Amino acid sequence: MTVGLEHYLVLSAALFSLGLLAVITKKNAVTVLMGIELILNAANINFVAFARFIDTDLDGQIFAIFVIVTAAASAAVALAIVLNLYERLHSINLEEADSLAG
Amino acid sequence: MSLFDVIFYLFAAFTLASAALMVVSKNIVHSAVGLLFSFFGVAGIYVLLAADFLAVVQVLVYVGGILILLLFGVMLTQRITSVDMRTGTLQLVPAILAVAGIFVILFRVIRTTSWNIVPEAEAQFIPTAEKIGYLLMTDFLIPFEIVSVLLLAALIGAAFIARKGT
Repeated sequence: MTVGLEHYLVLSAALFSLGLLAVITKKNAVTVLMGIELILNAANINFVAFARFIDTDLDGQIFAIFVIVTAAASAAVALAIVLNLYERLHSINLEEADSLAG
Repeated sequence: MSLFDVIFYLFAAFTLASAALMVVSKNIVHSAVGLLFSFFGVAGIYVLLAADFLAVVQVLVYVGGILILLLFGVMLTQRITSVDMRTGTLQLVPAILAVAGIFVILFRVIRTTSWNIVPEAEAQFIPTAEKIGYLLMTDFLIPFEIVSVLLLAALIGAAFIARKGT
């Protein structure tokens, strides 16, 4: 079976699952961020694969570029939040950031 | 199996193995290295999908920008000299079961859907950079400008939040 659309989609689904696993199991805030980046990469593979196989103009690739830009913006803001968290709690363990919990 | 397929499977295995290393590793610096190789693997996948411009952007922005940013986050928040860089996990077994369930569902959906694949999709490779530049300046001009302002605002906001004593 030659490599087609489904192969890319399955690869993307596996990458998404790994990213999700990192997001929900890791205690460290930076590792959770890495999981989010993995999920965004999986979404990007889907965009580019669909742009290649179904809608053969480049709209999907443009979307992927926008996703990359928003990923950069979110990483910068999230890093600033993590630094603030560290300044207050002297830890970036997400379980300790529970001041809002009742 | 053609050479193209072999290369695809190599890149896919490389990407998934690096991502798995990132998830499994207890040391956060090892996680970052796994993520680095995973980004490179995804760039290779983009090349196979005939998205050459996107592959270069992936390497420049993700590897050169976002990953360095994350590493700064690691280095600034873990006292490198004293504390070990371990990162714990919680609820590992239920999480693995849930994620495996989600993956199986996604896999079934992908396999059972009849995709509307354009027959001549296997066309020859055409460089995309010129077309993407043209599209960004015509059809996607408004989103392009909005996302530029968003990026500027986010970076200024990040610099403001991260300043000490605000």
